[in-house]
Amino acid sequence: MSMPLRQVVVLSGKGGTGKTTMTAGFACYAGKQVIADCDVDASNLSLLLQGEVRSSTPFIGGLKAWIDPDRCSRCGKCEEHCRFSAIKDLKVDSMACEGCGVCHIVCPSGAVELSEAVSGDIFVRDTPYGTVVDADMLPGEPNSGKLAARVRAVAREEAMLQGASLVLVDGPPGTGCPVISSITGTDLAIIVTEPTVSGGHDLSRVVDLADHFGIPCAIIINKHDLNPAQSEDIERECARREITIVGRLPFDELVGEAIINGQPLPVYAPGSPAEIALRDTWENIMALLDRTPPGGLVRLKGL
Amino acid sequence: MLWIAVASGKGGTGKTTVAVNLALAIEEDVQFLDCDVEGANAHIFLRPQINSVRPVGVLSPRIDIDRCNGCGKCADACRFSALVKVKNRIKVIPNLCHGCGGCQLVCPTGALVLESRRVGAVSEGFAGEMAFASGELDVGQALSVPIIRELKALAGGRDHTIIDCPPGTSCPVVEAVQGCDRCLMVTEPTPFGLHDLKIMTKVLDRMGIPAAIIINRDRGPYRPLEEFCERSGIPVLLRIPFDRRIAELYSRGEVLVDNYPGFRESMVQLFEEVRA
Repeated sequence: MSMPLRQVVVLSGKGGTGKTTMTAGFACYAGKQVIADCDVDASNLSLLLQGEVRSSTPFIGGLKAWIDPDRCSRCGKCEEHCRFSAIKDLKVDSMACEGCGVCHIVCPSGAVELSEAVSGDIFVRDTPYGTVVDADMLPGEPNSGKLAARVRAVAREEAMLQGASLVLVDGPPGTGCPVISSITGTDLAIIVTEPTVSGGHDLSRVVDLADHFGIPCAIIINKHDLNPAQSEDIERECARREITIVGRLPFDELVGEAIINGQPLPVYAPGSPAEIALRDTWENIMALLDRTPPGGLVRLKGL
Repeated sequence: MLWIAVASGKGGTGKTTVAVNLALAIEEDVQFLDCDVEGANAHIFLRPQINSVRPVGVLSPRIDIDRCNGCGKCADACRFSALVKVKNRIKVIPNLCHGCGGCQLVCPTGALVLESRRVGAVSEGFAGEMAFASGELDVGQALSVPIIRELKALAGGRDHTIIDCPPGTSCPVVEAVQGCDRCLMVTEPTPFGLHDLKIMTKVLDRMGIPAAIIINRDRGPYRPLEEFCERSGIPVLLRIPFDRRIAELYSRGEVLVDNYPGFRESMVQLFEEVRA
């Protein structure tokens, strides 16, 4: 019997807590896996994992409206009905247009055309640490949630083809659209936080999000020694909510150096304090995943 | 009157630190809008007194079963798959709805009722003399743009408006930055910071908003970033040193203008340069 495909997502709430650094490290420890970088607004994982682009596919995020000035009767109905203020002086602002097509519906003279718009590219890369699927979104485009969902779908297909047993997802910060696309249907969410008041505040929001979608979660406290009192608060809160802490990483200058050198921490600084803690963390995550029942059925609570 | 946005592309580069301390250093009347509605943190540092909290909703369809004839025109018109026809019944999936109202326009029997559905809230109050407002997206909701739009509608009531933006480079950031006179991009001297700064630069370029750069956690020149700044011609208005003391103050939710020597002067000077 083949192993079921497991999916683990790395999230944070607050940005800059170390999601990508950790995901890149995990990629070095894991065996056969596919990695999906779902932070499509700011995809940084390939800056560490490098590798060669094997394929690139344009991503059609949706439709964009265009008003043909020759056919336009200047009645202004489109402008009146657009709820996204995307039409001004009978011209479409392509950044504000969400492609709903209401202008097309209300136009009495058939002057509005809707066409598919490319809003980014999806890449499949072969790296020394496994296949990475990521995307470049065109700057300022909407539909980052749809693109994140597509990146995950491509990563799953790759994993099936390769017979890999794990998809590791590097998620975006926050709790909105692309985060929801990254977390739904995963088996386990790993939430990276830091011992700051802000980090604690945003952590509790993502834990709530995981609960909302019925996804089990575990916590990593990065730079835990930066503010011991704040770390204790987070530990207490985790104990209260019965959430496992799978890792505590020390503040380590080598982590920043590894990023500047464009290498995953286990490659740049094996045996450093943060690297040893990261390896333990990964072992804890794998042990936890073994005890977690497959969440293959997406729980559509809230949808 | 100036609207100044503080944005970054990459998360955790120090947007809130710059926005909060800049707002505190400006002598004139200031309004602060925390538009990072998925992780609003400015209140931790500004400790405002909140006087009102009001819900923010988006229009979302409900089907009046008595009137619906099950034709499915609404489901065909919806570009976001928020309406699905299942065996002559229409099902609504609220989280996918963008609130465009197209379904109501095409329904031949008037069976679609648009109702406000809560996605979050906006809080308003004061931090000392400073007018303060922040938004919060409800956990489990996908759309942060309507909340940011609501916050932005408050802008302009004071001499100056400081807007703390969400991370990223997609629609929430565009909404937050829209209409600003200047955008301060906070970055850090790493490949991640630079990569995301470049994308943010393109967003602002596309929108025609003048940009400036602030380098945080500066630990001596990082060549690729310096080269980008030179090549792009975008001015670097401030460098904040890499200092564990700053990280510790931040971790406790304390502001730098009152606790880190010279920071208030740096912020005053930053404001003068932005204004110039």
